[in-house]
Amino acid sequence: MLDALSTRLQTIFDRLGGRGRLTEENVQEALREVRLALLEADVNFKVVKTFIDRVKARAVGQDVLASLTPGHQVVKVVHDELTALLGGSGHKLAPASHPPTVIMLIGLQGSGKTTTAAKLARMYRTQGQHPLLAAADTYRPAAQDQLRTLGEGLGIPVIGAAGQSPLAICREAREAAATRGLTPLILDTAGRLHIDEAMLEELRAIRREVAPHHVLLVLDAMTGQDAVTVADRFNQAVGIDAVALTKLDGDSRGGAALSVRHVTGRPIAFVGTGEKTDALEPFHPDRLAARILGMGDVLSLVEKAQATVDQEKAEELVRKLREDAFTLEDFREQLKQVRQLGPLDQILGMLPFGKMLKGAPKDLADESADLGRFDAIIASMTPGERRHPEVINGSRRQRIARGSGTSVQDVNRLLKQYAQLKKMMKQFKGMEGKLPRMKNLPGFPTLRG
Amino acid sequence: MTFLAGLGARLREGLRRSQEYLASGLGAVLDPERPIDEALYTELEELLIAADLGATLAGDFTNRAREEAMFGTLTRANQLRPLFRRFLLDTLAGAAQPLHLDHRPAVVLMLGVNGSGKTTTAAKLAAALKGSGKHVLLAAADTFRAAAIEQLQRWGERVGVEVIHQAAGSDPAAVVFDAVKAAAARGADALIVDTAGRLHTKTNLMDELAKLKRVIERQMPGAPHESLMVLDAPTGQNGFAQARMFHEAIGLTGVALTKLDGTAKGGIVVRIVRELKIPIKLIGVGEGVEDLQLFEPEAFVDALVPGE
Repeated sequence: MLDALSTRLQTIFDRLGGRGRLTEENVQEALREVRLALLEADVNFKVVKTFIDRVKARAVGQDVLASLTPGHQVVKVVHDELTALLGGSGHKLAPASHPPTVIMLIGLQGSGKTTTAAKLARMYRTQGQHPLLAAADTYRPAAQDQLRTLGEGLGIPVIGAAGQSPLAICREAREAAATRGLTPLILDTAGRLHIDEAMLEELRAIRREVAPHHVLLVLDAMTGQDAVTVADRFNQAVGIDAVALTKLDGDSRGGAALSVRHVTGRPIAFVGTGEKTDALEPFHPDRLAARILGMGDVLSLVEKAQATVDQEKAEELVRKLREDAFTLEDFREQLKQVRQLGPLDQILGMLPFGKMLKGAPKDLADESADLGRFDAIIASMTPGERRHPEVINGSRRQRIARGSGTSVQDVNRLLKQYAQLKKMMKQFKGMEGKLPRMKNLPGFPTLRG
Repeated sequence: MTFLAGLGARLREGLRRSQEYLASGLGAVLDPERPIDEALYTELEELLIAADLGATLAGDFTNRAREEAMFGTLTRANQLRPLFRRFLLDTLAGAAQPLHLDHRPAVVLMLGVNGSGKTTTAAKLAAALKGSGKHVLLAAADTFRAAAIEQLQRWGERVGVEVIHQAAGSDPAAVVFDAVKAAAARGADALIVDTAGRLHTKTNLMDELAKLKRVIERQMPGAPHESLMVLDAPTGQNGFAQARMFHEAIGLTGVALTKLDGTAKGGIVVRIVRELKIPIKLIGVGEGVEDLQLFEPEAFVDALVPGE
């Protein structure tokens, strides 16, 4: 959905992830990039400004500075703020106490009102209701035909003939829904500009006389900076209760959703994710926020890791890596902590140097089962072997394999992965020295002092 | 929620101001007495971002202003407007190109994402050509969307242009094949093909579009003479991705920028012109048939960076 922004922020925070301790300057730099990413994502620049200020206030706070993986901590702060901005929880259109529940769709030309009307009708029918559609777009050529064709395909009745006024169609539909016991009634109005006073008055008249319970602004997810103006004007002129965000199946970053939510305070109720009538989903602010950040499960892993990873041990580990004193015992300790966390491939992404590992010792990622075996193998080694793995020759390998109930191949694999990891650490250390700008970047949390 | 409510009100107020500020032009901001400082650059950058030029382009332009200030060629704030106008006009130089409709029949392919205004633009273009004495045909190659064919037919009746069509759900390639044949047989001057809206990320639909183009090419070497991507002005940065991917898939000859009668300025086309070198051939400034116009950089820039 919003993968482009996800990737962008992920890159930013991967870089940040290596920075160990965050200074205000670090945060500032990251947030400058977040600002750019959000602007590229079409979030309105005023909304971006407010958002960044709030995140900054929290990110520079003590919880971030004290944490082991401050980059992820910042992501969490950004995610929390995004979720808050997008709305606390999923929004449902409350049914009216006296049916029919009337839902009115308004918006710019080409935003997707007619398609959304049909999708909504289908969704409510799936939920066991009996919806009615009103084709009140008498302006666009064949718009009524379009809704009628969609209605026929779904077996849902459509009210509205050519020659009637939009208001008359909506009135008639409301009466028909009441007498035939159909609910909800979905009003599809003509697309119009938010600055077209005469056309806005028509919507106000329908609102006055037909009294819809929910006025939905249908907004194209590809909308740019103007989304705030559009939403604000429609809200001021007609009043909107919720937003349906359409065409989210493309690669638009959908920043308009943030803007509109922010400027109107109205929730996003639905998202359109395809051209077919079944492509309508309820909006989940948390999912959208997580998706924007590309965090998904990793966010919960951050919380989990904070609970399970022993910070002192982790820092000790980092020190050993730097000093090239990383032994099999440390490897085992690392594996143990990893096992407490869950699936390996997910965890790799959140370990201090996890991003770099991803894809490298591929075996490690897709063979969680090996963890138990590796633990047994290391347990069957002598303390000397663990500290100086280079002494492990052929006969020692056979002994270790027998002792741990594994094969020599397993022992070899473990040693190979340990060697790979160590080699990689050395490379990062080399990079640290060679590339001054990448200092502190690619792997190590830099220990203070 | 209380945060949102309070903030929303403040932001609304701020936006109202920003609109007035945009509407009244840069006059107030670019007070000759105002010092040239970072705050000024920031405001100018935001002005460009607000017009959907994108953060990168806005940053570039602002940096160029900084350079001019450094070289001493920019000393007063009111010099910034002509400066920005020049940047924009330089970028858009060559973006205004005429439609190539000399071939008989000239085939024009209209394409773009859903809801950008392809059908309306196709009809308006047909009306304009007919008005200049040309024999025009329309082809209803959007056989997917409900009542898309009817929509073009109504337009055809309204502007007095014949619409070549088949039943809903038929193969758009077959419609196009028929239409090109009909246009040649009847000695038409132009054939305008209205295709189904498609998101540029849908590979199968992009393949379908490429196939339509191949069918036209095979029947009439050198055709289509114009492949116009219809883009609506409210579109943000995604418009660039659209142009890039449609261009890669079939090679665009131009952009038709629609819905410029709203408050959106369509600034994304500046980036499309700059990075993809695709000209802007048409703009739509209203719902009327006469509201389709040729692109004029001067007028467009005046709207982006409002005049004196």
